[in-house]
Amino acid sequence: MKVTVTVNGTEVAAELPDRTLLVHFLRDVAGLTAANVGCDTSSCGACTVLLDGRSVKSCTLLAAQADGRAVVTLEGLADGQGDLHPVQQAFREEHGLQCGFCTPGMVMAAVSLLTENPDPTEAEVRTALEGNLCRCTGYHNIVRAVLAAAGERRTR
Amino acid sequence: MSILGTRVVRTEDPLLLTVGGTYVDDVRVPELTGAARVTFVRSPVAHARITGIDVAAALEAPGVVAVLTVADIDDLPPPPPPPEGEPPPGSEAAPLPMGGHWAEPLLAVDRVRFVGEPVAMVLTDDTYQGEDVAELVSVDYEPLRAVIDLDDAIRGDTLLFPAAGTNVAVTAGAPADGSGFDGCDVVVARTIVNQRLAPVSMEGRAAAASWADGKLTVWVSTQNAQLGRFILAGVLGLDPAAIRVVAPDVGGGFGAKIGLDRDALLVAWAARHTGRAVRWAETRSENLVGMTHGRAQRQHITIGGTRDGRILAYRNEVIQDTGAYPRMSGFLPFLTGLMASGPYDIGHVETANRVVVTNTTPISAYRGAGRPEATAAVERAVDLFAAEIGMDPAEVRRINLVPPDKFPYSSGGGAVYDTGEYVKALDQVLAAASYADLRAEQARRRERGDTLQLGLGLASYVEITAADAAGGETARLVVHDDGTATVYTGSSAHGQGHHTAWAMLVQGELGIPMDKITVLHGDTDLIPLGTGTYASRSLQLGGTAVHLAAVDVKEQARAVAADLLEASEPDLELDTERGVWQVRGDPASSRTWAEVAAHAGTDGLAADVNFTEGQPTFPFGTHLAVVEVDTETGKVQLVRHVTVDDAGTVLNPLLAEGQRHGGIAQGAAQALLEEMVYDADGNPVTGTLVDYAIITAAELPSFELLSSETPAKSNPLGAKGIGEAGTIGATPAVQNAVVDAVSHLGIRHIDMPTTPARVWAAITEATATSATEEGQ
Repeated sequence: MKVTVTVNGTEVAAELPDRTLLVHFLRDVAGLTAANVGCDTSSCGACTVLLDGRSVKSCTLLAAQADGRAVVTLEGLADGQGDLHPVQQAFREEHGLQCGFCTPGMVMAAVSLLTENPDPTEAEVRTALEGNLCRCTGYHNIVRAVLAAAGERRTR
Repeated sequence: MSILGTRVVRTEDPLLLTVGGTYVDDVRVPELTGAARVTFVRSPVAHARITGIDVAAALEAPGVVAVLTVADIDDLPPPPPPPEGEPPPGSEAAPLPMGGHWAEPLLAVDRVRFVGEPVAMVLTDDTYQGEDVAELVSVDYEPLRAVIDLDDAIRGDTLLFPAAGTNVAVTAGAPADGSGFDGCDVVVARTIVNQRLAPVSMEGRAAAASWADGKLTVWVSTQNAQLGRFILAGVLGLDPAAIRVVAPDVGGGFGAKIGLDRDALLVAWAARHTGRAVRWAETRSENLVGMTHGRAQRQHITIGGTRDGRILAYRNEVIQDTGAYPRMSGFLPFLTGLMASGPYDIGHVETANRVVVTNTTPISAYRGAGRPEATAAVERAVDLFAAEIGMDPAEVRRINLVPPDKFPYSSGGGAVYDTGEYVKALDQVLAAASYADLRAEQARRRERGDTLQLGLGLASYVEITAADAAGGETARLVVHDDGTATVYTGSSAHGQGHHTAWAMLVQGELGIPMDKITVLHGDTDLIPLGTGTYASRSLQLGGTAVHLAAVDVKEQARAVAADLLEASEPDLELDTERGVWQVRGDPASSRTWAEVAAHAGTDGLAADVNFTEGQPTFPFGTHLAVVEVDTETGKVQLVRHVTVDDAGTVLNPLLAEGQRHGGIAQGAAQALLEEMVYDADGNPVTGTLVDYAIITAAELPSFELLSSETPAKSNPLGAKGIGEAGTIGATPAVQNAVVDAVSHLGIRHIDMPTTPARVWAAITEATATSATEEGQ
């Protein structure tokens, strides 16, 4: 079937097998490899992207379900002028990543969280990120980064 | 001010945060254009004879490139025969990995020994087709009795390797006649379990390969490309010069990506065998049975001492489940024995081990690799001893920790601890946590009979890092005539931040700014010699090699600059703040690195170093975990975790803390949640991330890290390793805390993971016992 998705502001259209998952559409058709596949049970969140502004696990949707809709991946987050998004900046400053494999999903989940709850407590951050697994950081600096990004947004 | 010792944010991060890393499955290079996808057909049964494999239907399916079984492996040299003098099964030496009596084939030959063992491989044009076609490969299995239980394995009624005549690959150590405990007022003994874990690097195993013009190129998610090339050359019968191994970004390893697994070897072989480029990235379900597991020891611990708290004797007898094939696990219990007595000054120490094969996924290194198992055992033993004599566990530790005036200290396990301030680390943690106040709060809750009881768990530890210090590590540093520098390192980062750290070392020594320094790793064409990253060895070996290369280049540059400035060498100085050479006290004479390098001529400014350390290093510390246990449900919440992890001189606190955080979380996860479980027939029952309880942000607190730096003397950086401290310290601290929370009910031990079901069962049993006793 033919699927058309607006990815990071650009329309991407392709003829695909019906069973194509959104994450494979992004990686293999749109050529955006930031979103990773870390499990096969929708458990890890490494594939998290924004679909019409809200975080989804892109391994859990068919590409067809995104037809006519807008997806933002990690690659589309920065402004393109050389400035990182506040969440990206905070992850860097707080050392919120190590191997980087969970990072594309973790950052997008954090962006979605701060859209829904701009001023979360530590406990709220921890609960909100429960669906995104990280094996390197023990989450300590990820949580700090999300709280720092929230603080940065408040002071803007 | 020197950049060394400061919190420098990582140079790796801008790419990882904007376009993501380039992991094996992200590699888009011409050689891999049109690569076929590899899908493995894996054994669904734990133990069986293979009586037939029918690939006819699979070959008819759309998109099939090839279907390969062991019958197709006709173009490899025969595996080397068991070497002369190989130890017989059950003797005191560890078997060779993948060799001898316990040889591990590439694809199953006529027998499968664990669920997940590769039986055939399917090459298709795309991934989804591969899963369909793999279903069409028909394998006839004649089931054999599965050996899962360790006692069953030792009895040997069913043998995994009939030719070996036993399931016990190694038997080593002192007999248990009890005489070592003569003179103890108190002796406590107990069998405890250090359960099997799955490493769960977020990126699973992956490999891609192309064969062109007599050269094999392999991209693989590994902790050491050079070891990978060595293994490939032997298995494929190729000259190492005909092989290039590339480790691109690697999404975590934790010990399970040391070298190359048979799956990756098969991917490389398939590229050469078929002439088509191939690529493979395992699914998580494959990963949980196909990647090696860790830990998996049953330990019998005995501790004895005086009623006033002095420990006199300790024994740890280990049965190491090695899974279906002894890989590195033949060696792990020896590390457990080496570190058996931990940081304690114990006069008599006994260790013994048996290494046993079972029909389960092979065991190998997992963050700590034999040392967390040693620490977990001795830390449980100390708490059992403290409970028996009715003394606070902190006090028992203080009495028995090796005092600072005894270093270097020869331990009962056979190690020589280099430097340490063990009591200081304990006291630092107790003070920061307000230990006495926590004990008072615990007493109040017990007095009130609160549902939420408080538990305090201590673990003092010493560990060994760079255990293979003599193996060394390589570095090459080149300063170019545009003033930039390139570092080629034999270490192999997979999240640790080596690129940042190595650039800091060069800037610190030479004053070349970090943004002009490129660090390269993990490509055998660029770096033919290297050892890689494991055993918490990288900074002390690989980092020191970079540092020494910078020192060498600096001395070369001094001679060149002297010529350039027509001055004598002793009159020259390097201003590392500005990154310029000048005549001492004369900034006007300054010459940049670009000018000096350009003047160096064709030889340029370059240094090669292979640094070997005279001895391993021994980091140490203390962890205190504070938990709340719901006595009605058994649910445990870790509420605080306070640690000192002294790994010598710290180069970058940001990176060191990151290593500690990750390790603490993995340690807490072992204590609270994680376990790879098999049923009696050898079927994994925790084979997905829905069932295998990897810890999440919601189950952890923020950690309270204290700093302490006692320099190592065996390398000029003063560095010890920090990568594995977290799992070593945190695991027993959290477990001890859970037991402590319910110890007033008479509970002395709960095996890991201390799940709500286990804690609730322990409480229920203890409560029933005390009710019975009251009734009598």
